[in-house]
Amino acid sequence: MNVHDREAAVRRMLEQAPPTVPSDLHADVVRRGGRMLRRRTAARRLMWLVLFAAAVAFTVWAATARPWVEPPSQTTPPLTGW
Amino acid sequence: MRERQASQGARRAREFEAFVAGAAGRLLHAATLLTAEPRNANPRARRLLVQALAHTYASWDRLRGEDPYDCARQQLAVRFARSAWHQYGSFGRPRPSPDHVLARLTPQQRLIVVLRLYEGVAEEQTAALLGLPAERVRTICARSMATLLHPPRGPAPAVVEVAPS
Repeated sequence: MNVHDREAAVRRMLEQAPPTVPSDLHADVVRRGGRMLRRRTAARRLMWLVLFAAAVAFTVWAATARPWVEPPSQTTPPLTGW
Repeated sequence: MRERQASQGARRAREFEAFVAGAAGRLLHAATLLTAEPRNANPRARRLLVQALAHTYASWDRLRGEDPYDCARQQLAVRFARSAWHQYGSFGRPRPSPDHVLARLTPQQRLIVVLRLYEGVAEEQTAALLGLPAERVRTICARSMATLLHPPRGPAPAVVEVAPS
């Protein structure tokens, strides 16, 4: 009995007695899959929303705090009266 | 625009329904072989199949010419491997029904036998899917075939269940 015969014998063992497919399978799959899709869409939307809010917050903070402007010197006293 | 979207949705639903009608029988048989449940009492296999097909439904638009059957089969295999891994050693581990064809095999051996022989997936693809070397897949497949063709004497579920990696 060579490899091919053995494989064919095992295949025959596996092929017998296929189970019956339940009739509500398609509806069940569509319900679950639709829920999965909706959840993914919601997650994507939430991600964009958070990203947008972060961008807006950063812009507002940068416009008010102006971190690129050199702060006034703290070490030299201001020159007055000469 | 809205009309076009609606007609696209309808076409997609029709395509998916045709796919399920064509593929569900074979996939359910494969799932039942994986879980080694009796032919008409297979809640685990049905649950696996519904999860795999739901994933295929959710990624239907992103398949882009890829075979949906491949996607569903891959999901089925990956989900079965994961569930077998999580249930390894736990008390409520599902035991295969003793009179099933594959009852003597471990979950990993069943997975490899079903993928290689029932589904006809190439050795390299099976190895890549399971993250094993191809030689290991060949060895496990040969050993499982020997167990199936020349069953050892004694009661069937004496096999130690090893989860697939």
